[in-house]
Amino acid sequence: MTSVTMTVNGKSVSGEVEGRTLLVDFLREGQGLTGTHVGCDTSQCGACVVHVDGEPVKACSIFAAEADGAEVTTIEGMANPDGSLGTIQQAFQDHHGLQCGFCTPGMVMSAAALLQENPKPSEAEIRDYLEGNICRCTGYHNIVKAIMAASGQDVSAVAAE
Amino acid sequence: MYNFDLIRPSTLEEAVKALGQDEAQALGGGQTLIPTLKQRLAMPETLVSLSGIDAIKGVCVHDDGRLSIGGGTTHATVAREAAAHYPGLAALAASIGDPAVRARGTIGGSLANNDPSACYPAAALGSGATIVTNAREIAADDYFQGMFTTALDDGEIITEVRFPVPEAAAYQKFEQPASRFALVGVFVARYADGVRVAVTGASEEGVFRWSEAEAALSSNFAADALKDLSVPADGMIGDLHGTPDYRAHLVKVLTGRAVAAAS
Ligand SMILES: Cc1cc2nc3c(=O)[nH]c(=O)nc-3n(C[C@H](O)[C@H](O)[C@H](O)COP(=O)(O)OP(=O)(O)OC[C@H]3O[C@@H](n4cnc5c(N)ncnc54)[C@H](O)[C@@H]3O)c2cc1C
Ligand code: FES
Ligand code: FES
Repeated sequence: MTSVTMTVNGKSVSGEVEGRTLLVDFLREGQGLTGTHVGCDTSQCGACVVHVDGEPVKACSIFAAEADGAEVTTIEGMANPDGSLGTIQQAFQDHHGLQCGFCTPGMVMSAAALLQENPKPSEAEIRDYLEGNICRCTGYHNIVKAIMAASGQDVSAVAAE
Repeated sequence: MYNFDLIRPSTLEEAVKALGQDEAQALGGGQTLIPTLKQRLAMPETLVSLSGIDAIKGVCVHDDGRLSIGGGTTHATVAREAAAHYPGLAALAASIGDPAVRARGTIGGSLANNDPSACYPAAALGSGATIVTNAREIAADDYFQGMFTTALDDGEIITEVRFPVPEAAAYQKFEQPASRFALVGVFVARYADGVRVAVTGASEEGVFRWSEAEAALSSNFAADALKDLSVPADGMIGDLHGTPDYRAHLVKVLTGRAVAAAS
């Protein structure tokens, strides 16, 4: 076991981890931050996306020890300080960008990373950026709409409901 | 996953030493190795993470004009920082997987793994790159030795990859939609002394050079120059995503598209 310390959603946290402890397990089991989901064993679904030092990372595909000293943001860190939904989260609710919600934490974190890099993405750029986030429910259209809306753009041109 | 010790040296020397132990393995971005460990298809006793070694990260241009990329450089960094010097290579890096994979996965890990459907092997072979390790320099033509097989010795670390920068180049990838790897991918690069064409995803021997196309394109760099050529289906991969005939056909189509994109 080794001890790791990182900043999670602005708070410094520490814990003992094994070599094989994944960041997602450290977050969920060690810190009780169960908003980050695990949807696969193959690094393909994106339900686990968090930000590590500002970049989108699959928390299931990085060891906790590799995030030692890093700044980590999870879906829990996306809400406003008063607990109300952040802009992207609210847009997902307004545009019905989720059904079961399993993929949503990863979708929101990927969307946040996209908007940081590209504040006014086109529909095609949004779809391309979300390539690694799989949703089994929505058919994606409303997710794309939500992200368009969160970036302050007109959503009426995005294809069908 | 079986358990192992994870260490994170900050210098190459420490990493080389740690990899000298029995059952030690390098960890690059983990985008291939971590899923492999989850499936218990690998069981190292020690994983030596290379992510703390700054000396093997980054993109720069050598005095001789070659583009040098550290072995621990992520796909995202190459996509950003190689764009001005070698746009064809940067575009290839930007087409690998998805943003989260690109934020972690490294060029050294991709070349060490030599997946028969991976993208970087096509760029390295198609550019006649030099793979630099802690011990030696290996020409791309000698480096790739068949599916998942390379000239690397146990514990050898890719520290740098040097790319001669072509006059024009492009990569065309026909994506396997579930994995997002290349069902077939073709990298075409035109240099003053001739054209190189490297094909990934197609052959059971892994990445290879299509020499007939290289000859034809060296005398006439146009998709039209390929019209009388064909690729034999013999030795092509056949699986549920595509037959050997289909892949052989794709090689020619994608080579033509790569030439058109590069011209
Ligand atoms: C969803 C998904 C989609 C992907 N899509 C693509 C794609 O479209 N195209 C593509 O090419 N790849 C794709 N990949 C693979 C990705 O590019 C990996 O990053 C890459 O294959 C391995 O690099 P890594 O740094 O993650 O290495 P790791 O997974 O850490 O290691 C892979 C192997 O290389 C060894 N190794 C790592 N670094 C070094 C080094 N510097 N020197 C010597 N040995 C080393 C390790 O010991 C291990 O055997 C995808 C992966 C995922 C999860
Ligand atoms: S849990 Fe599926 S990509 Fe991480
Ligand atoms: S809302 Fe159910 S998986 Fe996306």
